[in-house]
Amino acid sequence: MNPARALRDSGIIVWRQLIQLPRIPEVLIFALIQPVMFVLLFRYVFGGAIATPGESYVNYLMPGIFAQTVAFGAVASGIGLAEDLRRGIVDRFRSLPMARSAVLVGRTVSDLVRNAVVVGVMYAVGLAVGFRPEGSIGAQLVAFGLLLLTSFAFSWIGVVIALSMKTVEAVQSAGFIWLFPLTFASSAFVPTDSMPGWLQAFADNQPFTIVVNAVRALFLAQPVGNYIWLTLAWMVGIIAVMIPLATRQYRRRSG
Amino acid sequence: MNSRPDSPLAVRAEGVRKAFGKTEALRGVDLSVPRGMVYGLLGPNGAGKSTVVRILATLIRADSGTALVDGVDVARSPATVRSRIGLAGQYAAVDEYLTGRENLEMFGRLSGLRKADARTRAAELLERFDLTEAADRPSKGYSGGMRRRLDLAASLAARPPILFLDEPTTGLDPRSRLTMWSVIQDLVDDGTTVLLTTQYLEEADRLAQRIAVIDRGVVIAEGTPAELKARVGGEGLEVAVVDSADLERARSIVAGVATDEVFVDPERRRVRAAVANGPRALADVAGEIAAAGIGTEDVGLHRPTLDEVFLALTGRPADDDDGPGATDEGAP
Repeated sequence: MNPARALRDSGIIVWRQLIQLPRIPEVLIFALIQPVMFVLLFRYVFGGAIATPGESYVNYLMPGIFAQTVAFGAVASGIGLAEDLRRGIVDRFRSLPMARSAVLVGRTVSDLVRNAVVVGVMYAVGLAVGFRPEGSIGAQLVAFGLLLLTSFAFSWIGVVIALSMKTVEAVQSAGFIWLFPLTFASSAFVPTDSMPGWLQAFADNQPFTIVVNAVRALFLAQPVGNYIWLTLAWMVGIIAVMIPLATRQYRRRSG
Repeated sequence: MNSRPDSPLAVRAEGVRKAFGKTEALRGVDLSVPRGMVYGLLGPNGAGKSTVVRILATLIRADSGTALVDGVDVARSPATVRSRIGLAGQYAAVDEYLTGRENLEMFGRLSGLRKADARTRAAELLERFDLTEAADRPSKGYSGGMRRRLDLAASLAARPPILFLDEPTTGLDPRSRLTMWSVIQDLVDDGTTVLLTTQYLEEADRLAQRIAVIDRGVVIAEGTPAELKARVGGEGLEVAVVDSADLERARSIVAGVATDEVFVDPERRRVRAAVANGPRALADVAGEIAAAGIGTEDVGLHRPTLDEVFLALTGRPADDDDGPGATDEGAP
């Protein structure tokens, strides 16, 4: 299959997913309700008890929320694909002379667009509750770029989960379970030095913390160190592993 | 689409086998589907019908055997096969959040049509399948029959010469079923070859010029509907009497027109037999019974059902679902 055809077919699938978005408002609404709840919970309930030296807690929190929002987007990617598999629409795609990669690429790219919208809204929500980013416009755009790369990488994880499970319900459960330890045992909500040593060792070095640290430094005009490069390395690595895995499973699925 | 008139058969399968784990879904299927007709693949749930279609439509690979569609090997050149076929079926796999028109344009473009052509083709198909009025509503709100027609229309976007219809009327109400039948008939009149799977003898009888009966992963009979029905003993005549005491007299009257053994069911006070010329036999028997003064609850003809075809061909009823391949029809 030639690359031009693959690009065109992926574009058609992206169009399909995006045209659905305003027609299923509950998807977007729930994608927003969850991070908004987290913002309110941490900003007003737990925030007062969490010490973040040199920075207001809301400034500390919001970059973590952005990262968690794109990570949780992986669940939506997985569920969407699982629904398509269940309804037989993937079988129809597979019976057409279209590029085989288009179904998965179209899904992950359209989820990227959705996540960009959601993060944009969350940015506004942050401003409303007192988030005051000090980073330059350029630095903040780089932060957005890293978040979108993270969204793309995590969507592929969601796709692999969806292709490994037999039911939509299983995809839903399996899609969430690994995200809780990953996003909470991280620097997203609390500084990791308050954690016991063994947990801190994990929290400091796992990829989600690395994304959060990079994004936070960029939004808050702090020294970013190696975190940008580490984020790029982790996310490109995840994508490089997940795409072949997903492609292989997609070929084997129902075969 | 450019089809290959040089290969005389639309579909040719030889010794196709497929196992899912330990379950042998197909145990050597041979199939020859001539061009330009509806070919029925008839069998109960779990017989392997869907598995055959999924292999021919390149969705899954056979473990062994060869299958050619439009003269092209499905295992060697699946991409070429995909450009010659359409697939529609019981799942009505359309996007429910897109409108009918958007669905048809999307599937048209994914089948290789250019944007403008896909648009023209979509309008054409909407018109033809009586969906113009609902064209710009999301298909989620369509009735079962409308959704099935949209699904069929989607498979026709690129005018494939060969169409696979996997149980196209399963779960439809009788009226929608009649509409689907006339739509399928029109397709063949336009020169499309249709391979149709069904559990209903009536459907195969009505639409197909030839039928293969499949059971437990093998084709157990093949021929025209008339040939198959002849093997089951043609039409059946049934008499239900009011008084059990009349059973014997009714039996001897029915025996006069029967082409085979006469069955007596004392419990339900019924006498049954296969007959050659149904309407004629019915008139004769009804007359004789009235003349003999036998009180009846019912005298009637009935067509052989899939069950009876199976009973005749395999010696067991069709709904015996525990055979190999019983699980494959539910695959997503």
